[in-house]
Amino acid sequence: MSTRASTLAGRVMSAPSIIALFLWMIVPLGMTIYFSFLRYNLLSPGMEEWIGFVNYKFFLTDHAFFASLANTLILVGSVLVMTVIGGILLGLMLDQPIFGRGILRILVISPFFIMPTVNALVWKNLLMNPVSGFFAWISTSLGLQPIDWFTHAPLTAIIIMVAWQWLPFATLILLTALQSLDRDQKEAAQMDGAGPVSIFFYITLPHLSRAITVVILIETIFLLSVFAEIFVTTGGGPGLSTTNIAFLVYTQALLQYDVGGASAGGIVAVILANIVAIFLVRLIGKNLDA
Amino acid sequence: MGAIRLENVKKTFGNIDVIPGVDLEINDGEFVVFVGPSGCGKSTLLRLIAGLEDVTAGKILINDVDMVNESPAKRGLSMVFQSYALYPHMTVYNNIAFGLKMAGEPKAVIDEKVRNAAGILNLTDYLERRPGALSGGQRQRVAIGRAIVRNPAAFLFDEPLSNLDASLRVNMRLEITGLHQELKTTMIYVTHDQVEAMTMADKIVVLQAGRVEQVGKPMDLYAKPANKFVAGFIGSPKMNFIEGDYARARNCACVGVRPEHLLLSTEQGEIAATVKIAEHLGAETYLHVNADNIGPMTVRATGEVPLSGNDRVWLTPDPERIHRFDASGNAISN
Repeated sequence: MSTRASTLAGRVMSAPSIIALFLWMIVPLGMTIYFSFLRYNLLSPGMEEWIGFVNYKFFLTDHAFFASLANTLILVGSVLVMTVIGGILLGLMLDQPIFGRGILRILVISPFFIMPTVNALVWKNLLMNPVSGFFAWISTSLGLQPIDWFTHAPLTAIIIMVAWQWLPFATLILLTALQSLDRDQKEAAQMDGAGPVSIFFYITLPHLSRAITVVILIETIFLLSVFAEIFVTTGGGPGLSTTNIAFLVYTQALLQYDVGGASAGGIVAVILANIVAIFLVRLIGKNLDA
Repeated sequence: MGAIRLENVKKTFGNIDVIPGVDLEINDGEFVVFVGPSGCGKSTLLRLIAGLEDVTAGKILINDVDMVNESPAKRGLSMVFQSYALYPHMTVYNNIAFGLKMAGEPKAVIDEKVRNAAGILNLTDYLERRPGALSGGQRQRVAIGRAIVRNPAAFLFDEPLSNLDASLRVNMRLEITGLHQELKTTMIYVTHDQVEAMTMADKIVVLQAGRVEQVGKPMDLYAKPANKFVAGFIGSPKMNFIEGDYARARNCACVGVRPEHLLLSTEQGEIAATVKIAEHLGAETYLHVNADNIGPMTVRATGEVPLSGNDRVWLTPDPERIHRFDASGNAISN
């Protein structure tokens, strides 16, 4: 692609898909922004009128907003910590020449193929159910009081479910990164007198930094909008204890029929996601250079 | 101090005897080169000495202490890898300092040793760079620097020059030889390149299929190879082997004569031949000829020889410098 003609041809040929993608993005965004400035409630059709920033004022001063913002950040942060640390440990284990490694790898990857709603139902009904669940059975077998997860530790329960769902992704990315670590480097460190722990912290972990960055960035994008797990299990409750921003927007739009307010919430969520993205890219994105 | 002795060292991978049993004596301060074709077990032998592989049987004595069950770090050896194996996320300084840091040396001592090594290796200007920003030769020197600072009983080099281009290789060869003269530390150097072996070694160990074929000074191996394998491996271009009637007339199964020990004439001589290809290098000329009743041979003549394809020549082996081998390939003393 060196001549002027070929550069031009390249631009012309990629233009249709770029234009289509741009419209795909800008039309919904534009409509959402437009709706967010309207009084637009499905219960009173035909009464739409321009009200400026009132929807934003209501959304941002609602105590539900701050509760759900906190829940979102706790959820994202906890799941990131659990999946990155768990992913490194599982990756290290699966990188060892252990018996049945092939089957074990498939087993570890499989949660990622299960859709979030099914995942949530399995956890809710088979594992965490306080009467018939597996955890309850363990607790009663040990003579302990079973935990009623979705009543007493609802957010923790959601975090565990989502972490289980995303652990395979982290493991997969980190395992491939581990496999690309030069064996000579480990041996050189061994000759230099580094034990297994030193080798991990001085050689392996720096080698993984780029893969960890990728895991954090990609997971954050998806974890900001966790919805199915909450919808299927707790429905955002008890109270607001498991409502995140995505779920709050949903309740606004489809439970209170307030399209204007939900649109304002959606725009706030977009802005928040962008703040988090800029923050993350500046904080750890430099690992992706070089 | 770095005297190393191998006693009946064996290594098997599964059912395969990689090293069926090696005895070897390496004296303190010696530059020993393990040489052999690829897959001969020379790198495995080095890794056994380093402790990166476990021996199947036998003893490895370093300064008269059996180190077979010690970890690599405890053996007091340092190694330069073929891939250099630098730590890519650390600066040159930290790469060199890593071993000292692991040994828990105080910061001031580390700093002094690192700067000292960097001075010896001309790396002072590059200490803050990462390995990715260095050329091949500089990376090589960092790897050597990392080995030097630990003040080891012996250095182990695993084909350290094979990733460098030809001219750099010659320079680094001289640098490593110079380093050995300066430090006077035992060095074990693995290579498949017999030129490196000949030019650098005090003692060459020729290996084939995990067995030691011959041990000796470079010139001893050149002048008195113990068998056909060593004769063919040491020296470039390769020694000519002549079998058949010519050998039978000299009471052996095979006669070996080096290309440089053939007298070339355009008028008369012992063996008549036709030139196939002439390689003119200026300082010397290699002639690839087809000898009558014998087959292809190589001749090395000093200076420029104005011959080309299809010219008739006559070759006369220097009778003092022919090598005779019996049917099993062992040398028959003259």
